[in-house]
Amino acid sequence: MQIFQTDLLCIGAGLAGERVAIEAAGNGFSVVCLSLVPARRSHSSAAQGGMQAALGNSAMGEGDTPDVHFADTVKGSDWGADQEVARIFADNAPIAMRQMAAWGVPWSRVVPGEHTYYKGGKPFTAIEKKENEGLIHSRSFGGTAKWRTCYTSDGTGHSVLYALDNRAAQLGVDVHDKTEAIALIHDGETCMGAIVRCLKTGELRAYLARATLIASGGFGRLYRASTNAVINDGGAHIAALDTGIVPIGNPEAIQFHPTGVVPTDILVTEGCRGDGGTLLDVNQYRFMPDYEPEKAELASRDVVSRRMTEHMRKGLGVKSAYGDHLWLDIRHLGAHHINTNLREVKEICENFLGVDPIHQLIPVRPTQHYCMAGVRTNKDGAAYGLKGLFSAGEASCWDMHGFNRLGGNSLSETVVAGMVVGAKVVEFLQGADTVFKNACVRDAYTKQEQRIKSLVEGLRGRENPYSVLDEMQDALIHGAGIFRNGKDLGEALESLKGTLARARRVGLSSNGLGANPELSLALKIEGMVKLSLCVVQGALKRTESRGAHTREDYPDRNDRDWLNRTLATWTNESDELPTLNYEPATPSFELPPGERGYGGGKIIPMETPPKSGKKQPS
Amino acid sequence: MSRTLTLNIFRFNPQDPDSKAHMEAFTLDETPSMTLFIALNRIRAEQDPSLQFDFCCRAGICGACAMVINGRPGLACRTRTADLPNEINLLPLPAFKLVGDLSVDTGTWFRQMYQKVESWIHTDKVFDPHAVEERMDNQLAEAIYDLDRCIECGCCVAACGTALMREDFLGAVALNRLARFILDPRDERTTQAYFDLVGTDEGIFGCMGLLACEDVCPKQIPLQEQLGKLRRKMALAAVNNILPKFMKPLE
Repeated sequence: MQIFQTDLLCIGAGLAGERVAIEAAGNGFSVVCLSLVPARRSHSSAAQGGMQAALGNSAMGEGDTPDVHFADTVKGSDWGADQEVARIFADNAPIAMRQMAAWGVPWSRVVPGEHTYYKGGKPFTAIEKKENEGLIHSRSFGGTAKWRTCYTSDGTGHSVLYALDNRAAQLGVDVHDKTEAIALIHDGETCMGAIVRCLKTGELRAYLARATLIASGGFGRLYRASTNAVINDGGAHIAALDTGIVPIGNPEAIQFHPTGVVPTDILVTEGCRGDGGTLLDVNQYRFMPDYEPEKAELASRDVVSRRMTEHMRKGLGVKSAYGDHLWLDIRHLGAHHINTNLREVKEICENFLGVDPIHQLIPVRPTQHYCMAGVRTNKDGAAYGLKGLFSAGEASCWDMHGFNRLGGNSLSETVVAGMVVGAKVVEFLQGADTVFKNACVRDAYTKQEQRIKSLVEGLRGRENPYSVLDEMQDALIHGAGIFRNGKDLGEALESLKGTLARARRVGLSSNGLGANPELSLALKIEGMVKLSLCVVQGALKRTESRGAHTREDYPDRNDRDWLNRTLATWTNESDELPTLNYEPATPSFELPPGERGYGGGKIIPMETPPKSGKKQPS
Repeated sequence: MSRTLTLNIFRFNPQDPDSKAHMEAFTLDETPSMTLFIALNRIRAEQDPSLQFDFCCRAGICGACAMVINGRPGLACRTRTADLPNEINLLPLPAFKLVGDLSVDTGTWFRQMYQKVESWIHTDKVFDPHAVEERMDNQLAEAIYDLDRCIECGCCVAACGTALMREDFLGAVALNRLARFILDPRDERTTQAYFDLVGTDEGIFGCMGLLACEDVCPKQIPLQEQLGKLRRKMALAAVNNILPKFMKPLE
């Protein structure tokens, strides 16, 4: 058994993982980051749009403060967010952006003078102030009162990830890429690291760590059509779920992004609409203002995705060989703007669609994009259930997003949570020591070794993992898509129970040697089905509509009964269904539940409305 | 009319003692808008589940899927089969260690590159969380981002004559990285410090000027221009180093 020992083990080396790693390494602790791919290929790199932070440097961001950002975030979450966390986030976001600037991010900057911007396809002028020249600029994103999204052309995730990975290299953070954590080492109380498969050689290793962080991104790839990278398949969530005690928070909270391109499901950024792009139907008619007179294309993502689906159901979508879609129009923004601020979008359109967005319309439809769901942590980023286990970024349910996250808030969360949770991990490492129990390590290792042997030799059966995956994906979108109802969710649940039984009989048809990809899938397929069951069961039980969770049979937001967070655990390995528990959405209300100001829908109020708790001076 | 494609794929699993390097042919019916991402995943799901290849973002953003496609390094995810003949030859990128089949280890290569060129901002300034950010001209920010767009796919290294002849050559990607820092006022390194890193045959003076790097760069980074500027700057630094103090053009 090859054993590595380190102070901090980060599962994932994207923005959140590396930011925490940097905090620990900067404080003198040893860090190893595990990553399925070289760190800079992490899915963070694909985030085009930007990061929300209330810097208020731009003309249209004037007067912005963390208070406004906080309120936008809580409204966006449809009051599902933990408001203490949303407050920590909004207050720290400006600091994190400036820190990224110091570490080398080439943020787009304010250019003083008169500028032409677009809102809803119509030009207007704004004057950028001379005294703000050269400060970090911001663009508009959905669901926000101010232009607050800091950006680097349209490669924000890429440029921030490169800056962070540079910093990590400088501080000697060790990245073991092409490795996959397949189980956590724990004794039911304390996490001691992970059992890891090397994706270069296939070798199994044990990593012992005093603190372990799950920062592996979302699990969007449970869905067949997702904007996510192929690595976002929930591997580390499965390891957490397999402990039997670490819960997945709000598994039913899944975001669909309005503008995945058709076909291929690649995302084009919300920046397109933020910069003035519009959505058109089969008649090239701009329909969003009819549904959302105030925000139009820039309502929150859950609302825009629902309205688009609604419009297509009226037969006003564009027919294609790949199903109905709508059009995204950015032609009026002009060649210069598209070539500089939306260059990635242009490349994607040209390379994958053969479309030139300067002169042509882009075919789009809502596509799975983000998991508000994740490993449930407290406000310090410490996971429920196991000491020494932390989580940050999309992988976590920290939970500032509740049932819908705003564009620009997740990328921002990675570095803000990374900074905040990183400091808490450092505190943890400076405190009590972790005892590594030999028996735990050996048992965890042997168990995985046995699993691999059993899969390779087909001891439990020879079900084809690819075919099991296919069946799972059919059921998941049938039940837990944009619109949900009891009947479809019930059918999905029954179907998935059968899929789970099949997943437990999977065996390889190849030899399993080295970095065998069939073995990689076979090792996690049962966990993927379990995670899908968490999503579907969570959605079936939640008999209300909140944020991205829309029940056609329960259209009201029910604050009386459902202002809470689902906690899903898989108590016994052989269980057929997850165990669901619930906790209050937020420990205190700085902003009492109310109207979002977009999206419509009725609200069933709480029986005793909470008082507005003023922000406590920290 | 739909075509039948033949994909000749390099096969070798170094972890399997019985495996021998060879080309294996797979046939596949072409579908509309098919890319090599779709084609290879279908082969893995339908014909051979052991086939190794690397994809990640599958949107031309992350750089994971570079391979040699009909003799030319490129990103497989955004290569449309419609642009290729019926017969498609796929080989792993040269210059990087083979993991298996079409999969190579770029991570190790790039991490050692970061150390060689010290790919980070060198500054004595300490970040002050309460201070407003330092200002930067937007045009400069855009110029830095223009060089920062590199996705480390490895195509430029695989296409480089020097890199294929000498393992220690830094390659266009590393030299472009340094050009990015030279442009960035936040990096306080001197010309001499840059010279010490790349003023050698492993660095800028190893470049033979064949410039295949720019031809194959999927992000169209102006590598020719950057290599030219860097060579001039480093040549000047070299002259500076041998001249007596009163004649030095620099400092």
